[in-house]
Amino acid sequence: MAEKINYKDVLFNPFSKNNPVVVQVLGICSVLAVTAKLAPAIVMGISVIAVLAFANVIISLLRNTIPTNIRIIVQLVVVAGLVVIVSQVLKAFAYDVSVQLSVFIGLIITNCILMGRLEAFAMGNKPWPAFLDGIGNGIGYTIILVITGFFRELLGSGTLLGYQIIPQWCYDHGYANNGLMILPPMALIVVACIIWVQRSYNKDLQEP
Amino acid sequence: MNKQSNVYTIIYIIVLVAVVGTALAFISMGLKERQTANVNADKMRQILASVHITPDKSQIIPDFEKYITAQLVVNSEGQQIGTDAFSINVEEQSKISDPAKRELPVYVCTLADGSVKYILPAYGSGLWGPIWGYLSVDSDGSTLYGAYFGHEGETPGLGAEIEKPIFCDQFNSNLHMFKNGQFHPIEVVKAGQKPANPDADYVDGISGGTITSKGVGAMIDNCIAPYQAFLNSLSNN
Repeated sequence: MAEKINYKDVLFNPFSKNNPVVVQVLGICSVLAVTAKLAPAIVMGISVIAVLAFANVIISLLRNTIPTNIRIIVQLVVVAGLVVIVSQVLKAFAYDVSVQLSVFIGLIITNCILMGRLEAFAMGNKPWPAFLDGIGNGIGYTIILVITGFFRELLGSGTLLGYQIIPQWCYDHGYANNGLMILPPMALIVVACIIWVQRSYNKDLQEP
Repeated sequence: MNKQSNVYTIIYIIVLVAVVGTALAFISMGLKERQTANVNADKMRQILASVHITPDKSQIIPDFEKYITAQLVVNSEGQQIGTDAFSINVEEQSKISDPAKRELPVYVCTLADGSVKYILPAYGSGLWGPIWGYLSVDSDGSTLYGAYFGHEGETPGLGAEIEKPIFCDQFNSNLHMFKNGQFHPIEVVKAGQKPANPDADYVDGISGGTITSKGVGAMIDNCIAPYQAFLNSLSNN
């Protein structure tokens, strides 16, 4: 390949400057759905990192053999296979979380981040950079998921990872959990706030 | 080799699907046992929750074996037709429209103080998907002892509140299914309202979760009513 790839950029750019959720605005659906509590958000993030990294590697290994006109189908088969594996493993080893995440593990298949990375990066790069790209984008997605889950669980349920954080005396003095935080619309608003903060720090991301 | 030819494309996709399919089949088979164990343990946890026993994860199976001292399968006449209540699929049974044809599981629970409770499962539909529950009844066959409700995807903060203590704990010993010799399964009504049948005991539904609450009422009506003969025979003893 003529263009030299900077591995560091491939791994770290998706964390902030090219974040799949807040810059590319992909994968919003699952951000809304699984971030009411922090624990499922973390598991979902790890699942996406695993699926994305391995799908990227597999597609990158196959990239020179895949017939062009069925490449999307091949990508889908690979992603769907990996997602089913993750879902089965969760059911066997983390049953509670798999119940909480229910259909959303299955819906990783339709997460635009995956198809986006496979089509845009893995189809044209060697396995190692593709792996880094998958890890990077997965972590970028997870960061947003965890930040959103943190605020939604803290303000919506007064807990973090199930442990009570807001002390009882706050409730005794009239504090109440914000029920709106556990509903999906608030995830959109929290993500919007993250985008706002990020854009105000990174001036070059601001659109004119 | 021409990678864009039809033959190559077809062979490619067949091989890919066969490889992925085989891999998935092996993984599914390998994990099956663990998954079934998890599902069963979760069911045991829910059954125990209806008699206010909430063991730690590792204690679920020992506690289930300790407290659930017998399992019965009865028919709508109240006669015993089996002993393996755990393997009865309540979802399928609840969809049989003729109660006389249903197989009704009963879990007999002996608490630490020696008192005996009967746990009856139920299955129905809420607003977005299935809901289910377990009601425990005192040995008089009429007084309630506790309840557990679960759901698949009700709205958090609204319909999903049926699994919270604030709703479940209403199913307590203040409620009786037999009143003046008449059998009325518990009704669920809007807070502040009275049930259609003035004799029936009732609990308050959840504001904002009306359809789910009504689903709980309908579920109890559908799944607990066939136990009338069985409960009656308990109260006669």
